[in-house]
Amino acid sequence: MRAADRDAAGLGPVRAFGFLAPALVLIGVFLVFPALWTLYIGITDYQLTGPAAVQPQVVGAENFRTALADPLFGNSVRLTALYALCSAVIGQNVLGFALAWLLRPVRPGLRRAVEGLVLLAWVLPGPVVAYLWFAVLSRDGGTLGLLLDRPATAWLVEYPMASLVVFNIWRGTAFSLLLYTSALAAVPPSQVETARLLGANGWQTVRDAVFPHIRGHVLTNTLLISLWTANDFTPFLLTAGGPNHESEVLPVLIYRQALESGQLGYASAISLLLLVGNLLVALVYLRLLRRRA
Amino acid sequence: MTPRRVVRRIAASALIAVVLAFFAVPMLWLAGAPFDARPGLGLRWPDWTLANVRATLAHPYALTSLANSVLLCLVACAVTTSSAALAAYALSRVRLPGRDALLYLLLLLSSVVTGTAAMVPIFVLMLQLGLIDSRLGTALVLAGGLLPAAIFILKDFVDAVPRSYEESARVFGASAGQVLGHVVLPVARPGIAMVLVWSFVNAWGNFLLPFLLLRDVGRQPAAVLLRTLQDEGGSVNLAVIPVFSLLYSIPVVVLYVLVDKRYGFRFHGGIKS
Amino acid sequence: MAAIDIAGVSTTYPNGVRAVDGLDLRVADGELFALLGPSGCGKTTLLRTIAGLEPAAEGSVTIGSRDVTRLPPGARGVAMVFQDYALFPHMTVAENVGYPLRVRRAPREVQRSTAERVASGLSLSELLDRRPGQLSGGQQQRAALARALAVEADVLLLDEPLSNLDARLRLEARTFLKRLQHDLGLTTVFVTHDQAEALALADRIAVMEAGRVRQLGTPREVFQRPSDTFVANFIGSTPMNLLDAVVRDGHVECAGARLARVPHLASGTGVIVGVRPEYLRVDEHGITGRVSIVENLGVTSLVTLECAGGALVSLTVPEQDEPALGRSMAVTAAPGRLLLYAAEDGRLLDSR
Repeated sequence: MRAADRDAAGLGPVRAFGFLAPALVLIGVFLVFPALWTLYIGITDYQLTGPAAVQPQVVGAENFRTALADPLFGNSVRLTALYALCSAVIGQNVLGFALAWLLRPVRPGLRRAVEGLVLLAWVLPGPVVAYLWFAVLSRDGGTLGLLLDRPATAWLVEYPMASLVVFNIWRGTAFSLLLYTSALAAVPPSQVETARLLGANGWQTVRDAVFPHIRGHVLTNTLLISLWTANDFTPFLLTAGGPNHESEVLPVLIYRQALESGQLGYASAISLLLLVGNLLVALVYLRLLRRRA
Repeated sequence: MTPRRVVRRIAASALIAVVLAFFAVPMLWLAGAPFDARPGLGLRWPDWTLANVRATLAHPYALTSLANSVLLCLVACAVTTSSAALAAYALSRVRLPGRDALLYLLLLLSSVVTGTAAMVPIFVLMLQLGLIDSRLGTALVLAGGLLPAAIFILKDFVDAVPRSYEESARVFGASAGQVLGHVVLPVARPGIAMVLVWSFVNAWGNFLLPFLLLRDVGRQPAAVLLRTLQDEGGSVNLAVIPVFSLLYSIPVVVLYVLVDKRYGFRFHGGIKS
Repeated sequence: MAAIDIAGVSTTYPNGVRAVDGLDLRVADGELFALLGPSGCGKTTLLRTIAGLEPAAEGSVTIGSRDVTRLPPGARGVAMVFQDYALFPHMTVAENVGYPLRVRRAPREVQRSTAERVASGLSLSELLDRRPGQLSGGQQQRAALARALAVEADVLLLDEPLSNLDARLRLEARTFLKRLQHDLGLTTVFVTHDQAEALALADRIAVMEAGRVRQLGTPREVFQRPSDTFVANFIGSTPMNLLDAVVRDGHVECAGARLARVPHLASGTGVIVGVRPEYLRVDEHGITGRVSIVENLGVTSLVTLECAGGALVSLTVPEQDEPALGRSMAVTAAPGRLLLYAAEDGRLLDSR
């Protein structure tokens, strides 16, 4: 009680509320209000152009029924789940942890080089990264084609989802690496050493001495990276959903419905379903975290 | 060393080498293609030239879009960092009614409500406010999206500042303003720097929101222009794209190097909860 | 210079806990005063209430002739050194020490010259341009003291001043602090949970428990005549013997021995006999027991006897007189050192 919650600077509740106000206004206008508004727009036939743009009509659950019956929506949900599962939950998580674990005994120079590259892939702007991967995956002289001696393969067309998954692992592993590096640094060395003294091998050590300490980190990491991946718009830059909807994840579907087809109401209904999905994942995670505690 | 350990060491080294190649190879394009006489979407040893650089600088929107990016980022960063710092301080130090619920809500908002999920209402909101093509409006939308996470990052830093610093200053007679200016702000500076850089990198690379909200090419930032170059006049503008990509990447790379030197890329506690 | 008057002060936390509970206390001008007690007894809260960092829910605090109860911390004329010293990490020692003047918007040169003057008195002159992170624990403590002295306040408050130092340094700093306070004659209140520290440093001690003062007195009074069994238990490096006893025929009977005459107590009254191990000596009769443990304390040894009925009695003996284990011994208390406490509420009844 004493250490926390002490108004140490003598701010007082009125000034404290004043401090909070700008942030709350911005979050309220640009985050909370839009999130709630999807609810309303989602039950209208609001369109970008035409008569329904001026005078949208409430159509009730019509948009949701359409979406649930729409094979393109089902396709997007499936692709989004696949994308999040393969590239984030498995790909980034495993590679991030493996790197964090393997880099511990490596000499500092090499370690910094690996970490530096992984982090650079993370901080480069999305549109630039898209071009980097065009260069890897392109059909004329792309790096992957040269390496595999299949120079004329259009990887983004022939294997769009696999390309996106590999791309996203490249792009996002940095976060898992950072998080697991700091988590591993907090594992008491004596416990790892005790496991070693008792004759545990590498895998047993990780499972019995390390994992119990970082379970919370694994949960947090998995939640964040899977939400980010499911809401990632970069696939639009690489494949724009094509060919023939084969890589049309939900964010791309929403964009194309809203701004290419102008179906704002329908796109909003899909957005709302995505928001609800996000919320469910987050709530499940918070329950898991609480059960652990 | 036992033979098994040798094998394991070799396997680990090989894995690290593969990972190194996996992350390095795509970046090579950014080093070669800008200075290649025949730039393409592919990897090859360049015929060195600076012609592409000249072509890029001559492009009517290249420099404008970079200036737009700077403007967007500066406004978004300044708004995010200043309002997040104030909010984080108040949340860390004063027990306001409903504070725990607010923190829980912010935690959910920061991960659940994303730009992609809310793109339609944000677009409609800005359309109805007449703020389509407003760079300031777009910067505020960016700030709104960055704020919840920024507040959390900063609250972690402020929580770690001992209260005795502020109390000590108060016993010496410092006013609330003096306490903040003399003590809290300087002590929390690493956190503020971190949020500044974090919000800059995020705003600088954000494609979706400016793509959605800025339709006039003269007001679009580099992120959107780079995409436009891909099908400008029906074909890929290969002279400009590589150099422009490089120019556009430099600020984040410089910031990244600075932060890495000064503070190191580490998480500072708190990330677990 | 000023005395501190605390009249009926209560301090309540938002969760309803009364950390300080209707407390009266007067600290004389120039006195070095200790607030001593186990953790959670309210001693730090009382100190913070004097400083103005916690609002008093009831009662009043007067410093000198001014009622400061409603004044903010900066207007009370107090200086405080925190347990973690609270030296600002981004300022040099000179800037830290000069900070109280910066708050009052004194010119930069005045800040610097004051810092130099105060620092030289505490042998910090060489360290003025260092940052707190570059100082040892003892140097940090002196820098924090210097900053508090630069305030030129009427009252100096110290929160656990020695607890962040390692054991050897602590003794040195204790002597230093006592000399400094003696030279300045500044009214000083410090908080400690370490009874040895309080005994060694303070002119007077208030032993606190549950937000109230259990005993107020000089170190000698508190050590020799603890006013109840709580204080008796708390004070002393070796714990005081507290033995259940009964009054029979005008005498106290304890562990099978007849000890003192108590003609005014009725037969059958339950009492607790308190006697410090240092005040027990080997005798021909008295409480008898077998030596069960011997602990070396350096100059003396602490001997534990197992007596009739399983009671354990300890006494200190000179190192050369260390008895063999299992030997039978009888001990009696030095005259006037035997304390009798009431069994029902633990208050001091008498001494023999």
